[in-house]
Amino acid sequence: MVVNAEGIPIRTTLDNSTTVQYAGLLHQLTMKARSTVRDIDPQNDLTFLRIRSKKHEIMVAPDKEYLLIVIQNPCE
Amino acid sequence: MEIVYVYVKKRSEFGKQCNFSDRQAELNIDIQPSPELAELFVERNPVDTGTQCSASICRSPVSLFSFWFEMETRGVNHVEGGWPKDVNPLELEQTIRFRKKVEKDENYINAVMQLGSIMEHCIKQNNAIDIYEQYFNDTEAVEVTEEAPSAKTINVFRDPQEVKRTATHLSWHPDDHRKLAIAYSCLDFQRAPMGMSNDSYIWDLENPNKPEIALRSSSPLITLEYNPKDSHVLLGGCYNGQIACWDTRKGSLVAELSTVEFSHRDPVYGTIWLQSKTGTECFSASTDGQVMWWDIRKISEPTEVVVMDITRKEQLENALGAISLEFEPTLPTKFMVGTEQGIVISCNRKAKTAAEKIVCTFSGHHGPIYALQRNPFYPKNFLTVGDWTARVWSEDSRESSIMWTKYHMAYLTDGAWSPTRPAVFFTTKMDGTLDIWDIVFKQCDPALSLKVCDEALFCLRVQDNGSLIACGSQLGTTTLLEVSSGLSTLQRNEKNSASAMFERETRREKILEARHREMRLKEKGRAEGKDDDQRYEEPAVDLQELVAKAEEEFFDVIFSELRKKEVDAVKKSKLVEPSAGTRGPGGGHGFCVRPCQLDLYLPV
Repeated sequence: MVVNAEGIPIRTTLDNSTTVQYAGLLHQLTMKARSTVRDIDPQNDLTFLRIRSKKHEIMVAPDKEYLLIVIQNPCE
Repeated sequence: MEIVYVYVKKRSEFGKQCNFSDRQAELNIDIQPSPELAELFVERNPVDTGTQCSASICRSPVSLFSFWFEMETRGVNHVEGGWPKDVNPLELEQTIRFRKKVEKDENYINAVMQLGSIMEHCIKQNNAIDIYEQYFNDTEAVEVTEEAPSAKTINVFRDPQEVKRTATHLSWHPDDHRKLAIAYSCLDFQRAPMGMSNDSYIWDLENPNKPEIALRSSSPLITLEYNPKDSHVLLGGCYNGQIACWDTRKGSLVAELSTVEFSHRDPVYGTIWLQSKTGTECFSASTDGQVMWWDIRKISEPTEVVVMDITRKEQLENALGAISLEFEPTLPTKFMVGTEQGIVISCNRKAKTAAEKIVCTFSGHHGPIYALQRNPFYPKNFLTVGDWTARVWSEDSRESSIMWTKYHMAYLTDGAWSPTRPAVFFTTKMDGTLDIWDIVFKQCDPALSLKVCDEALFCLRVQDNGSLIACGSQLGTTTLLEVSSGLSTLQRNEKNSASAMFERETRREKILEARHREMRLKEKGRAEGKDDDQRYEEPAVDLQELVAKAEEEFFDVIFSELRKKEVDAVKKSKLVEPSAGTRGPGGGHGFCVRPCQLDLYLPV
């Protein structure tokens, strides 16, 4: 799914409610992660976010205005 | 119509007439001040006493007087946000238009192209290496957790009524275990406080502030049991002997109620649902000595009645009062009754004649059997709780129990097996402690003893997964406890070792039984062989002597205990205050009286 800077899903391959949930939560998490990286070193920036979980991997590629989020099931 | 009734009482029935008259004052007793007595006291000078000219006022009375805050649960509804002001997220057309507009943006296209290539790299990485791959399949987590057994309080449910009642029975919701039905009543005979409520409650475990539903009844409930087949239906046994049924879908009023003339004549101490196709059959036991079977579709009359008369004459006068009831669904024809006299009666429901229904009895307790339960893994073995002990019995050994606890200082009130571990059982005591026994681990003492509350605990119920225990107290407080996983999960080899232990103890009891029988036979044989005159002379002398001896021994024990206590007390007081060792005038008898430092005013 592609999410804009406000956390609104622009394009998605998932159903609506799941998309809204993922978009809202991952947007917040990415913003927090980005600000953490920048707080530690102001010249640094977040380039990619990987979340390994028991069931699947959530990958977030952040841009200035958009986020690309992929939920991958590595077993398949 | 006017009804007039005149009550007549004759003057002669009132008793002697009073004649009061004046007379001089007279002196009944004159106690002179005694200097010896005064020597024992010290005058306190000066005396410090605080005074205040105005009434004391507390700034925050809440923190002092109420220990329990009324709380309520509220939720917040989250909605989708972040959309521009002119876009309504609920209007599909507007959101689609907004998305389309964004997708045409060059910035967007560039960003997606760039991000896509990064993402592709990562996805390919993931596809190439499976980091979730398990290399060794046979490494089953062999966790030998040697943690000490423990338990913690999760929640406390207080009786919301002003006049506190005892929590007499608990029942877990059969399906989701998120609810607990608690019966409240006062068991003091004819001492029920004024204005006592008859309601019992169903609580949601998440919300200890307010009961989910009240079950109203005309008489307080002593037992309350969820129907295992239909969790909306509850069965209650009333203090007045009636059997009542509730359907929570229909509200808090009684759905079905047995008629008084066909019900029990004493409080109903046990109600259990039977395993039947319809799920409507149940049975109940009461201290009037009857066990009755019911079908809640036609609850006005019992379908069957068995009188607990162990002489097998079916007389209600000789019946033993039933105070606990046991039924194991895997043994559908059998049931057991614990009586007020400390005897367990094992019964067979399907026997042809009424007399045959009582199969055998087990006696050994000195008081009412408050709890009776078969072991969920080995139903031949059962647990009883009465007087100061808990006992484990085997059906094969009728003379005595196979295992028992020591006599506790406090009376035991309830007990239950763990549903998940064959060697674990729980008991509650009058001093407010919950004991958890693990007979494979330790036999002489409980594996864990936990002080749950200050007042007496009255009942307990274990949830089916074995980790949650609810204990009801005398003042209606129900405490929910969670035991550590070691106490609720089956240990390795536990089933075998528990079974071996039960069998070994049964065998031991049987050998002892046989030996006793042999000795009794021998004694009998010897007694018959002796001369007649010797036989009746001996007991007469013996009896007197024995009584005297027993009395002497008894008083010896009492006096030595008292002396010990006194010595201890003196030691203690000496440690605290060396000058306080003076004895009162009655010090010679073994009772130490410490004079208090107060001025004594005697009539002069």
